Amino acid sequence: MTVLSLSKALNEGMRKAMEDDSKVLIMGEDVGKLGGVFRVTDGLQKDFGEDRVIDTPLAESGIIGTAIGLALRGYRPVCEIQFDGFVFPAADQIITQLAKMPMRSLGAIKLPVVVRIPCGGGIGAVEHHSESPEAYFTHTAGLRVVACSNPADAYSMIQQAIRSDDPVIFFEPKRRYWEKADIDTGSTDWWTPLDKGKVVRQGTDATLLAYGPMVKTCLEAATAAEEDGRSLEVIDLRSLNPLDAPLVMDSVRRTGRVVVVHEAPVNSGFGAELAARITEQCFYHLESPVLRVGGFSTPYPPSKLEEHYLPDLDRVLDAVDRAFGY
Amino acid sequence: MTADASRGAEAPPELVQLLTPEGERVEHPDYDIDLKPEEVRSLYRDLVLVRRIDLEAVALQRQGELGIWASLLGQEAAQIGSGRALTDADMAFPTYREHGVAWCRDVDPVKLLGLFRGVNHGGWDPKEHNFHLYTIVIGSQTLHAVGYAMGIQRDDASAATIAYFGDGATSQGDVNESFIWASVFNAPIVFFCQNNQWAISEPLEKQTRIPLYRRASGFGFPGIRVDGNDVFACLAVTRQALKNAREGHGPTLIEAYTYRMGAHTTTDDPTRYRVASELEAWKLKDPIERVKSYLFKNELADQAFIESVEAEADQLGADLRRRCLAMPDPEPLDMFDHVYTEPHPLIDEERAQFAAYLEGFER
Repeated sequence: MTVLSLSKALNEGMRKAMEDDSKVLIMGEDVGKLGGVFRVTDGLQKDFGEDRVIDTPLAESGIIGTAIGLALRGYRPVCEIQFDGFVFPAADQIITQLAKMPMRSLGAIKLPVVVRIPCGGGIGAVEHHSESPEAYFTHTAGLRVVACSNPADAYSMIQQAIRSDDPVIFFEPKRRYWEKADIDTGSTDWWTPLDKGKVVRQGTDATLLAYGPMVKTCLEAATAAEEDGRSLEVIDLRSLNPLDAPLVMDSVRRTGRVVVVHEAPVNSGFGAELAARITEQCFYHLESPVLRVGGFSTPYPPSKLEEHYLPDLDRVLDAVDRAFGY
Repeated sequence: MTADASRGAEAPPELVQLLTPEGERVEHPDYDIDLKPEEVRSLYRDLVLVRRIDLEAVALQRQGELGIWASLLGQEAAQIGSGRALTDADMAFPTYREHGVAWCRDVDPVKLLGLFRGVNHGGWDPKEHNFHLYTIVIGSQTLHAVGYAMGIQRDDASAATIAYFGDGATSQGDVNESFIWASVFNAPIVFFCQNNQWAISEPLEKQTRIPLYRRASGFGFPGIRVDGNDVFACLAVTRQALKNAREGHGPTLIEAYTYRMGAHTTTDDPTRYRVASELEAWKLKDPIERVKSYLFKNELADQAFIESVEAEADQLGADLRRRCLAMPDPEPLDMFDHVYTEPHPLIDEERAQFAAYLEGFER
């Protein structure tokens, strides 16, 4: 067992992937000498060289566009987008090319490209550094979209994403980068398949659905709720596309109440998809409507206000209370 | 408000030309080409056949057999010249108008029609021909080409890539980013810009105030303007640029100065934005006629050869038509194929649900 922070777990995962497969490349802004602004790629260029850990020009569309070209040549690029709000210059290459080229080629082309995106708020950053753009990508056929929430998953999921022959949008909860956990790096027996979610706390009265940074918040909420005599189940979805629907529906059929929690705005957020699917598949099991807790329908606010914008333990429990009010 | 086009243009543009519109061979200090008679005849055949493929496709569109077609009329020399400069190991990244380059890469012409007939989004295996799929969004493929070239570098292979794009594409961010990436990584790539003077209805002045080939110097690599209607010059200049790329000397921008003699696509109406006299002037610079004149003047071919190529073109056109009409429509459930490479439960679920729905009509 090794104690690793989430960022170091990603680093170790990428290191392992690069050792296992010489076609794996790292590319992005400042990923080389600096090791990335969050140090997630720290030391990789030193050990694998500038041809495999590529400091790119400052152009996000260029990062993804050239990664596609490298993948066409047989490489497996892992691209770092420095911050969530900087992915939009690359949106055209991701949505128009990366997601669609395999189908366009009738299967002749596969694009094993990973796009790593540090996401979410809570670090007191300036504008464009705290966003949660996952719904733009879950809406795009051809992409797999995953989010890790803890060091162990970070370690395993990044390796699984790199091994996937499909393009993977990989969200990293930046405010959890420094959280630590014991990880068994010597075994893969404990790994969960990349497209599966996990029940991270069992409960009987209501289900909290979360991913990325909100999983920890939900676990804290469940602990607090226990003191009030409510047993909350917490599911870490891990994969948003595809969604592990059987896991979700099984839980909802047992608890009858669901609260979806994400940092992204509630309006047209991923929670809307969850609510719709749960309603379609578990209508007669529901004791209350599926409730959603998330960001407001505003741009991400200045950091002095972010504690009000971001769902926290109290807002999650407030929604749980409302779910029990029906 | 229009920029003063004279500002920034220090000297009149230079044009590499080896064969005049009248079919006279001319010398150029930096570029030469030594073609055997059969090679010239072969280039002539290529030019005639791709024009015929194009003509047949336009006719098929007019008769409702294709949804749309993007004609290469007038750009045959630029495409055949550059396409014949490629070796098997080189990789080409086309727009949606590179039917002539596709011909050079041995892509069956009927496979080009699938996209335009609406039976698929791209019907050939790029790896089989080292010819990527047509890219419709303007300029995106230039970045793919640079990335592929970076892969060639990492493989230590003797090959180059060529990225095709038009004059309008030079305004795209992706094209400018691709220039930067190619430059700083010294990637083995040739940027082949067919400046056909028109981006649908917008003339060149809407895209640039300096000759396009001069953009390259700002990015740190050579730019050359070539007579895009001169197949000899296009072949010579592209061959040299590819050689430079393969030998580690980095990228080159080639501006093939040509003219889109037809509409942007079959849905376009050029009479709304350009004068007929312009087309008439360019007809005098036709890429095929000058090779024909050269062949006759130098007694490299006779009328029988010309007629045999015409007959071959007729046969090719008829064959293309027959096989276009015989192209099977896709099955409804085909749309769920190849969305992902690995299994995807939502795709499987929707495919099954839609199959059941369709079966409901058959009962």
